[in-house]
Amino acid sequence: MRSLLALVGLAVLFAAAPGAARAQEYTVTIKDHKFTPSEIKVPANKRFEITVINDDATPEEFESHPMKVEKVIPGKSKGVVRIGPLKPGRYPFVGEFHEKTAKGVVIAE
Amino acid sequence: MLGALIIVFREVIEAGLIVGIVMAATRGVAGRGRWVSIGIAGGVGGAGIVAIFAGTISQAFEGAGQELFNASILGIAVVMLMWHNAWMARHGREIAEQMRDVGQAVSEGARPLTALAIVVGLAVLREGSEVVLFLYGIMASGTSGAALLAGGVLGIAAGAAFTALTYFGLLAIPSRYIFSVTSWLIALLAAGMASQSVHFLNNAGVLVALDSTVWDTSWLLSEGSLFGKMLHALIGYTERPTEMQLTVYIATLFAMFLLMRFARSSPSQRVPAAAE
Repeated sequence: MRSLLALVGLAVLFAAAPGAARAQEYTVTIKDHKFTPSEIKVPANKRFEITVINDDATPEEFESHPMKVEKVIPGKSKGVVRIGPLKPGRYPFVGEFHEKTAKGVVIAE
Repeated sequence: MLGALIIVFREVIEAGLIVGIVMAATRGVAGRGRWVSIGIAGGVGGAGIVAIFAGTISQAFEGAGQELFNASILGIAVVMLMWHNAWMARHGREIAEQMRDVGQAVSEGARPLTALAIVVGLAVLREGSEVVLFLYGIMASGTSGAALLAGGVLGIAAGAAFTALTYFGLLAIPSRYIFSVTSWLIALLAAGMASQSVHFLNNAGVLVALDSTVWDTSWLLSEGSLFGKMLHALIGYTERPTEMQLTVYIATLFAMFLLMRFARSSPSQRVPAAAE
């Protein structure tokens, strides 16, 4: 337990570190288990955020192994995922609960 | 239906592996069935509660609540696994000997089981809450719900079968070695969890140092594949580790090693080391 507290303390320390410039923000919307837009262009080698708005009534899991992110977005709500920095390239993401239709890609350049 | 089965199975195997390893690691310890059951039951109950409050958790801490929640759960599990391994390093040999001599359960093991029950509970809680949300989504969407739900239930059953497979697979190891094998499995498990935990802190935006990718082995083994997922659960395989993840992984293994060494050589040792 104590080491957990230490970890959190360390985390706060890092968070307070300078240089945490405001990350670029993007938005995707889930509707009928599809992402709009399904393609997002981001600058390479910079951290950024995607606000995922889930307009469906059912929950969805925004997931991308290439971007190392997984997050459950409950129905009729939204969530923020923080990503990067990414090397230039294509990074697919899916809605894990509806993988057939919920697909998209982040292009870092 | 098959889709639902696969999705649920994928979520369940991670917890399943952990339960299987814990069962093997506590072989011959009295009351372990009860403790593991308590852990699973607590995890399932907790998963339901987490699923209900998913929205609230998600919005907490400026939208980083889910990440911080996952990071904390993994962090606690790592500490519990360390505690268990330290305890086992000290008492494992006595337990193994008593098992051979008497051929019956050892009562002394009652203490570390709380730690492992917590690990089991947290693993089930973390994976289970996603299963609950997924199944809830199926029910909420109506239409073809019944078949999908059956798929989901079958997925849980397949996960349970997988747990049994892990357990009996590990039991095939001679009892002389089982504690050292499970100790190392638990050490790797803990290192993987620790590295996952710091990555959740990164996703939460609170620990963004050393965030460059060290290597990319996605061409070799995708983390999304079944085997990749298993290795992820087992030893913390990740296709693109960050510098921080790698550092924490190695540090955890090292800390675990030191802890086990220290526990083994401390004064309460009653069995001579020459018994090897």
